[in-house]
Amino acid sequence: METDLAFDDDDVYSFAYLDEMTKRMIRRAILKAVAVPGYQVPFGSREMPLPPGWGTGGLQVTASLLGRDDRLKVIDQGADDTTNAVSIRRFFAEVSGVATTERTGEATIIQTRHRIPERALTEDQIIVFQQPQPEPLRRFITEEAVARKIHAFARYGVMYVRLYEDISRLGHIAMSSDYPVVVNGRYLASPSPIPKFDNPKLHRSRALALFGAGRERRIHAIPPFTEVKSLDFADYPFTVQRFEACCSACGAQDSYLDEILLDDGGRRAFVCSDTAYCAERRGERTES
Amino acid sequence: MIILISVGGLSKTFTLHTQGGAEIGVFDDISLEVRAGECICLHGPSGAGKSTLLRSLYANYKPDAGHIIVQHGDESIDLVNAEPWEVVEVRRRTIGYVSQFLRVIPRVATIDIVTEPATTIGIPADEAHAKAKALLARLNIPKRLWSLAPATFSGGEQQRVNIARGFMVDYPVLLLDEPTASLDAANRQSVVELIKEAKARGAAIVGIFHDEEVREAVADRLFKVAQSSVRKSRRNITAVEPVA
Amino acid sequence: MKPRAREILRVERLSKTFGRVPACSTVSFSLRQGEVLGIVGESGSGKSTLLRCLAGRIQPDEGKVLVASDDHVVDIWAMDEASREQFLPTTASLIHQNPRDGLRLDISAGGNIAEPLMAAGGRHYGSLRATALEWLEKVDIEGWRIDDLPEIFSGGMQQRLQIARGLATHPRLVLMDEPTGGLDVSVQAKLLDLLRGLVRELGIAVVVVTHDIGVARLLADRLMVMQRGRVIEEGLTDQVLDDPHHPYTQLLVSSVLQV
Repeated sequence: METDLAFDDDDVYSFAYLDEMTKRMIRRAILKAVAVPGYQVPFGSREMPLPPGWGTGGLQVTASLLGRDDRLKVIDQGADDTTNAVSIRRFFAEVSGVATTERTGEATIIQTRHRIPERALTEDQIIVFQQPQPEPLRRFITEEAVARKIHAFARYGVMYVRLYEDISRLGHIAMSSDYPVVVNGRYLASPSPIPKFDNPKLHRSRALALFGAGRERRIHAIPPFTEVKSLDFADYPFTVQRFEACCSACGAQDSYLDEILLDDGGRRAFVCSDTAYCAERRGERTES
Repeated sequence: MIILISVGGLSKTFTLHTQGGAEIGVFDDISLEVRAGECICLHGPSGAGKSTLLRSLYANYKPDAGHIIVQHGDESIDLVNAEPWEVVEVRRRTIGYVSQFLRVIPRVATIDIVTEPATTIGIPADEAHAKAKALLARLNIPKRLWSLAPATFSGGEQQRVNIARGFMVDYPVLLLDEPTASLDAANRQSVVELIKEAKARGAAIVGIFHDEEVREAVADRLFKVAQSSVRKSRRNITAVEPVA
Repeated sequence: MKPRAREILRVERLSKTFGRVPACSTVSFSLRQGEVLGIVGESGSGKSTLLRCLAGRIQPDEGKVLVASDDHVVDIWAMDEASREQFLPTTASLIHQNPRDGLRLDISAGGNIAEPLMAAGGRHYGSLRATALEWLEKVDIEGWRIDDLPEIFSGGMQQRLQIARGLATHPRLVLMDEPTGGLDVSVQAKLLDLLRGLVRELGIAVVVVTHDIGVARLLADRLMVMQRGRVIEEGLTDQVLDDPHHPYTQLLVSSVLQV
């Protein structure tokens, strides 16, 4: 940790932007979150050089985790090259000087919005989610005090109402992203707006998952190897999206695909949403 | 003969707090025994307390002193000191009561009103329904009225619905408050027959019958109820004398 | 004679004061399975406070609220909050005067009935749906309305839906606060008949708070009359109403309009 405290006289910022006391405060919140999987721990969210809602929660978590030896990967909707991902990556390179990468396997910390990389994460990695709304009950329960009691007493009937209503109206559970989960058999939690395709990756994941919500001032965690169950009914079990197509760039059949319009005539193609995964697969194909 | 009701030392005074705390003594130190298979007619001038006594026997009014011991199955229960749930149980199974007025939930069909006392004690619905229909037919309630609520019925029809309800269960004890008051001759006769049948199966009956013909037909004894003095100072003189 | 049914609720010397105003003073009573207890009294007599103390909503200052569980009796105000919140929803249901307080108007009728079942652990859609349909039928709401929002229901239908929601979890104890309060008279009658039928069919114990003497007469086996936080008279409903002893009860009964 000594390296974290290093302060470059030439630099106008603390290492990784936040001052050391703030990072300690956030780390304490993270430790608590890890100790109580799925529980939303309040923290003193700071002003960041980004508007709230653009990933300030994830940014603060990442800032408090970064050390000189870390290698950071930032993705937005699975892509390393979107504006947000590029800005955040550049931001940390600027204020901490840590190495960055686009390769999932090389990163020690991955900050993400809306996706989990296709390549399975390892116990040496931490994945940090940007989370706009950490409270899965918010849609039904506007009062924070009431929501807290529901969590405290684990009376999650109201959340199942959502599933019930979906099935009775549409014949199936229609939620396709930010699909609520029960962590470690106890707390109902939001996995952030990832597609439900990614939910199974959270179950017994080898990597630590941290969720930071800047505007809502909450951090929650899914520690490595934790049970993560997506809500469902016995007769309507949880299922993930299936794609009939495969990636038109790398041919992957197991990845989450984005649909892209090719021309005004409505021609469409599907490509991997995880650009690094797609690139690695294409690289392997050329090498072999 | 088995004594089904045994009343002793029964007194009742009403205190009207809304009218300056006036005390109205109704009866004092009444004693009465009713045996299985007999019908006693409460007798006395209007206002003498016949209805009050009858209501006391149903535990509808709370007497000030005395006891009303009722044979309920294998047990003897004093209605004056019984727990509310005991009274409910006695009313469900032992004492039937036909009041002068029908007081039921509005908009409930006649047939259901009549059936209710039987289904409450667990008699199967179809059996209860069959009996209710038979009673309504005997009491000349037109079939087309059975599925209607009795609110719009004539006074006589309502009373006959009330009687049907009271005879749904073969109660060991029956209390009848002027059951024939607004009935024509034919219907009076039906009621008389029902009462005679109840006596024949061993029911103990206490009633108020103003109609002399009915009284002659069903009552075995007259029980005179005389008004006590307002301050309860004077002991009632009550007597039991055979009818005719 | 042996009591015909198990004691479901026993209240011992319950008191609650708001500031200097006593809402309930040393109220005690007991209630058995299958029994309907009416609590009457004018506004401010403490009957609603009493009901909320029984429902686990307002903590009394003193006294006990003992409720039967599967195999023993628990004092709900001696439990910690988490245990109480675990115990009460499956044991006691509170039916509000205004159905809007007891329903979620933005979820379907079926969802409203299913929610407490799911909170209690129901995780099979098919059986939740079947239970919801069964209850809609019990409270005279046509099955095809199962996916309609209660927002578009009439007041009487909303109240019946609230009752279905409250009873679907098979509580032992049902607490009703003026259940026919906001309904017009013709709807009231139907609801009263429905409630009576359900009480008999399910063998539940009911406490019903009302200021309507007519409702009390038709629904309650026993009656408690409250005035300024105290129980001033109690007994069988017809005894209390036909032969009231306390001056206040006499006033209450004599004030009822005769139609």
